[in-house]
Amino acid sequence: MYSPIVLEHFKNPHNQGNMPDADAVGQVGNPVCGDIMKLYLKFRAEDKDKPVAEKVIEDIKFETLGCGAAIASTSIMTDLAKGKTVAEALKITRQEIADALGGLPAPKIHCSILATEALEKAIEEYKKIISNL
Amino acid sequence: MKIYFDHSATTPVDKRVLEVMLPYFSEKFGNPSSVHSFGQEAMKAVDEARQKAADFLGCAPEEIIFTSGATEADNLAILGTVNFVTPSFSSDKSGLKAGDTAAVTNPHIITTAFEHPAVLETCKHLEKKGVEVSYVKPNTDGIISVADIEKEIRDNTILVSVMYVNNEIGTIQPIREIGELVKKINTERMTREPSSPDIRQGRRDDILIGFHTDAVQATLYENMNVSELGVDLMSISGHKIYGPKGIGILYVKKGTKLKNIQHGGHHEFGLRPGTLNTPLIVGIGQALELIKNRDNEKIKNLRDYLWTELQKNISDLKLNGNWEKSVPGNLNVSVSGVEGEAMLLGLDLEGIAVSTGSACSSGSLEPSHVLMALGMSHEQAHGSLRVTLGEENTKEECDQLIKILKPLVEKFRNMAPKNV
Repeated sequence: MYSPIVLEHFKNPHNQGNMPDADAVGQVGNPVCGDIMKLYLKFRAEDKDKPVAEKVIEDIKFETLGCGAAIASTSIMTDLAKGKTVAEALKITRQEIADALGGLPAPKIHCSILATEALEKAIEEYKKIISNL
Repeated sequence: MKIYFDHSATTPVDKRVLEVMLPYFSEKFGNPSSVHSFGQEAMKAVDEARQKAADFLGCAPEEIIFTSGATEADNLAILGTVNFVTPSFSSDKSGLKAGDTAAVTNPHIITTAFEHPAVLETCKHLEKKGVEVSYVKPNTDGIISVADIEKEIRDNTILVSVMYVNNEIGTIQPIREIGELVKKINTERMTREPSSPDIRQGRRDDILIGFHTDAVQATLYENMNVSELGVDLMSISGHKIYGPKGIGILYVKKGTKLKNIQHGGHHEFGLRPGTLNTPLIVGIGQALELIKNRDNEKIKNLRDYLWTELQKNISDLKLNGNWEKSVPGNLNVSVSGVEGEAMLLGLDLEGIAVSTGSACSSGSLEPSHVLMALGMSHEQAHGSLRVTLGEENTKEECDQLIKILKPLVEKFRNMAPKNV
């Protein structure tokens, strides 16, 4: 059912954990659907004065409550987003996530969508914070 | 080490079952319906298997209908009952005809909200065709209340279908009590004055209620004597009782109003056309015969041990169902803060097979309809794990399950966001 890459990320997820000093935090999903993803972003210090879109994601961490595909999707998404600017990272599609995982079973496509939404949510929350500064 | 803890999904074929089946593939291959010696040799084996099934259920051999499995048996029981009493649902003449006083134009079926899809989807299909269906909800511990069934009975009720043992949580339903209820209602209907003065002897205008039970998960463990249970129709599956897949039985009590749902030859007393599958029939007969010598006590002790040890080793567990009123092989627990499919997958990578009611394993986004019917929260349903034990399982295997599961649960709890 799952590709070897999905299983590998499931067993040994990348960038898993929390980040007490994160610049941006976003959480998506809910207990009803069964998958909850929380994403932590740290931007490169030298980009401090750049517009949000140009900031480089220097570090990224995730926490996920969910199935194997949900864990693997968030894990690979953090790999894909790390080192990218916010504008580049927001262009990551669910298809790229699924492809990078060597494919996802059809009922699990929503996990890859949720992973992109987690990133969008974290950026959105960050924008809210800085607009209030 | 591979460990199989999913016996409610399917069981291995017992070697003693396989052995008696084998000659009927290539050596004794005759069609049981043929008059010549090849056919008669096969028919003899079918007759013997039918007798074994009849002995097991305490019924006559003519009341045993072999089908392709329990799904077909459930379909035949439900659709066949509707086809008989509602002429507009079928085209041929073996059931009641339009104008017959006992014919029902708007039949009503009572079933439960946590049936197997073979029953549930058949009822939903009929609903689209105008049949009324009541889905009785179980109590939170997974037991159907007889009073709740009684409340749903209407004048146009033609069938009550309640599973004997729930496949996910293992709870045993009060089949005998529901059988008594149906009998009581039917007696009242038979003894009341006919509503039309035109009705003479013979056919009355009373609609009698048929009682069906899907006994797939009960067969290994519970009293299966059909007259003691008071059932008219009962479905059994071969592959849940250490027999082969692709074979089932519908018990049909003599005189039950039932009509074939597929068309063809005269096999199975006209109720189930199709060439008799001799090897599989021989297999299910043998599997049924072996049940009386199986060691349920051993399985029960294993379940007690596993549940005790799980609670010692993993915090925040909740038992789903009813500990007292469930079959020995089933342990369904919810692990808080962990998603079921992740546990299933983690265990599978270590060679341990279990099952879950989480949405993420079902192909849909909804968790198990059984767990939801108990009024359980989504979180609890998503975190459910079903361990179904079988005869070959050992204490050491239970220890191994805990050894693997404990760190997995810790890992997943650590991985989850803390504020949920």
